[in-house]
Amino acid sequence: MKDFAALYARIDESTKTTVKVAALADYFRTAPDDDKLWTVALFSGRRPKRTITATRLREWAAERSDIPLWLFEESYHIVGDLAETISLVLPDATATSDRSLTFWIGEIKRLSAADDTTRKAGILSAWDALPGPQRYLFTKLLTGSFRVGVSRKLMTRALSQATDGDEANLTHRLMGDWTPETTTWERLIETTDPSTDLSRPYPFYLAYGLEDLDALGPATDWSAEWKWDGIRGQFILREGEHHLWSRGEDLMTDRFPELAQLRDFLPDGTVIDGEVLAFRDEAPLSFNALQSRIGRKTVPKKLLTEAPVILMAYDLLEDAGADIRALPYADRRARLAQIVAKAPATAPLRLSPTVAATGWDQLAAARESSRDRQAEGLMLKRRDSPYLAGRRKGDWWKWKVDPLTIDAVMIYAQQGSGRRANLFTDYTFAVWDGDQLVPFTKAYSGLTDAEFRQITAWVRKNTLQKFGPVRQVTPEHVFELGFEGIQASPRHKSGVALRFPRMLRWRHDKPMKEANTLADLKEMLAAYG
Amino acid sequence: MADVLTFTESGIYCPAGDFYIDPWRPVDRALITHGHADHSRWGMNRYLATDAAAPVIRHRLGEIDLATIPYGEARRINGATVSFHPAGHVPGSAQIRVEVGGEVWVASGDYKTVADGLSEPFEPVRCHAFITECTFGLPVFKWLEEDVLTAQINAWWAANAAAGRTSIIGAYALGKAQRLLTCVDPSIGPILTHGAVENTNAVLRAQGIALPDTIRVTPEMKAADHPGALVVATPSALGTSWARRFGPASTAFASGWMALRGVRRRRAADRGFVVSDHADWDGLNTAIKETGATKIFATHGYTSAFQRWLAEEGYDAHIVSTEYTGEDMTEEGASATDEDAA
Repeated sequence: MKDFAALYARIDESTKTTVKVAALADYFRTAPDDDKLWTVALFSGRRPKRTITATRLREWAAERSDIPLWLFEESYHIVGDLAETISLVLPDATATSDRSLTFWIGEIKRLSAADDTTRKAGILSAWDALPGPQRYLFTKLLTGSFRVGVSRKLMTRALSQATDGDEANLTHRLMGDWTPETTTWERLIETTDPSTDLSRPYPFYLAYGLEDLDALGPATDWSAEWKWDGIRGQFILREGEHHLWSRGEDLMTDRFPELAQLRDFLPDGTVIDGEVLAFRDEAPLSFNALQSRIGRKTVPKKLLTEAPVILMAYDLLEDAGADIRALPYADRRARLAQIVAKAPATAPLRLSPTVAATGWDQLAAARESSRDRQAEGLMLKRRDSPYLAGRRKGDWWKWKVDPLTIDAVMIYAQQGSGRRANLFTDYTFAVWDGDQLVPFTKAYSGLTDAEFRQITAWVRKNTLQKFGPVRQVTPEHVFELGFEGIQASPRHKSGVALRFPRMLRWRHDKPMKEANTLADLKEMLAAYG
Repeated sequence: MADVLTFTESGIYCPAGDFYIDPWRPVDRALITHGHADHSRWGMNRYLATDAAAPVIRHRLGEIDLATIPYGEARRINGATVSFHPAGHVPGSAQIRVEVGGEVWVASGDYKTVADGLSEPFEPVRCHAFITECTFGLPVFKWLEEDVLTAQINAWWAANAAAGRTSIIGAYALGKAQRLLTCVDPSIGPILTHGAVENTNAVLRAQGIALPDTIRVTPEMKAADHPGALVVATPSALGTSWARRFGPASTAFASGWMALRGVRRRRAADRGFVVSDHADWDGLNTAIKETGATKIFATHGYTSAFQRWLAEEGYDAHIVSTEYTGEDMTEEGASATDEDAA
């Protein structure tokens, strides 16, 4: 655990990619295999689930630290992280331990299965045996919230440096539903051919937002399609079994049971990249409809009829069992079109249509109509590009429509957590209804650190009332908010709910009286809801 | 009995003595705990501070009518008797004891209970009422032992020097900068200072405070002239072109807020050392207990939580609103913390 804590500290302290990768590569060269395997698992989001409630941990930590629970809560509110709060309030460790990362994860599992008394005793003695940084990491693992400031891409790069393995191959190996309990370091990294695991997905290719249209060259080098507002998914059919993976590598197969029938219509050895969309009468339903399906492990019949889904297919990664990611996009797309054409019209599968155009002007005009089609804009894909792994610039671009905007007055502010602890970063906004300000949304992002600091200082001096962590402030500042969609919502006082609201800019120039009104919002709801 | 000290729009006021302590608006007579800008402001007719605090206050406020007093000496001001006692915050910093008709109140300004080898060590003063800061008044703030902290900073400097990097550390120009200078190991390499730090050094050296040899950074100075150097700079100088002249460098901040990972990360420095000239949670609680006071006023910091905690511990605890800025970390200039301003 000491070495792992040292690795974590080196990564956490630095903002430089090279330092982080070097620290990881050093660790992969020297740590024992089981610790390395757990490290790869943790750094790729495979953390043990939380089995002990946060409530119990808070109670035990407060009790051990001899402080009242409310004071623990106050501290937690400032620190913004439960594990960090616990590790800071506890008295210094009295014992010492040189047990490994794997040992402590095993200990967490053992305690998970035990009764409450054993759990408490085990956790208190672990807290007492681990010095600050190790105690923090142990508690992060215990609360199931371990995260680290290193992307999978960088972790894979370090792994490649330490093992002399090919980076793309390693990326592929690390995909899928393995855990340190189901594999070994040797099997995962060193020996097996990655394709022997039938459920294993390919790394998703992720696009950046378009930066410079002029740099793309002639429009005819590009293929454009709608950017759908659904859930990105990779559909795998191998040896009669199908799997549906999300971009975050969650297996979603059971959540969308209607896609099981694709087994009857697609050839074996097919892997499709596409968008899971709620869809009826040849048109996507709103994201709201799909939202009702997310997070449900099993689906009641009613939902299946209210929000049926399809796979909107846009790329083919495996054809007749062969990995075809290196082929040009246009060729993959042609093969995909053939496969989709063979499936009956009743199958929950569509080919994502391309937007025909000979010039950028036509595409720009098409992009403007995105909202009418329930799309977020256009995707631009270079016709001769291979399917790459991870987020890369150059061959795929998102060309989203500009967000909807509204000018609103800030009326409440709340402190952020984590990196933003001690700054007021979470605001509630209101629009005018006659001479009343009606709250309608919160927003947290979009301002610079300097602006957040400026507002924080202002909030401290302009607090009208405190409601726990929330401060009601003098209505004064107007912000332009951007959002991707608007829906009717009986749960909100204003009657509307926004999708992805964020602050676009602070309208210093705008007097409060000139902010938008509830009538303006209702008008937007009528137009886009 | 009337209160010895009252809390007014202009600052902490003693009716019997007709003077203010650390006022934030212009008044006739001001008793000053220490030279930081939020406690020692411009515009008072007359000032009174300790002998040790006076040079810095003069340096910062210019031509003022400033009388001085040694630590521990009782002085009569109208109907009150006052004396100044070490607060351990920065060199010359004081708690001010005010006695009226046998009732004793202490205004402690900012204080730190652990000796740092530079400031006159904190002395508990028995009193009936104690006015306390609580900048770090939550149980998550517990400072490291001085030798552990010193070892961390020296190890960071030595590793940078060995790798051919300059070490740049941001610390407030009065107090923390000099505390760092006294704790680091000068055998590791040369120590360079930002102009604002060096100006304060000059004032402190002139009053007899021993500091290691330092070299003022000048516009024409190059990193190559001083390989392996430690640069002690103001927090706001980090990340500016001033700091970039040193070429490959590792940067660090020294502040009590560095105890929080979120804040450490927001500062975008390579390292954050938990160095504070304020009392930590245990320090605040010990200090309060040792005064023997039953009535406590919390002025700045996590006042509401701290007041509630003290009330539950059996104190007659109150929050008073002041313009001291201990809590804030938000002042302009990206990297300065409120603690730095305090």
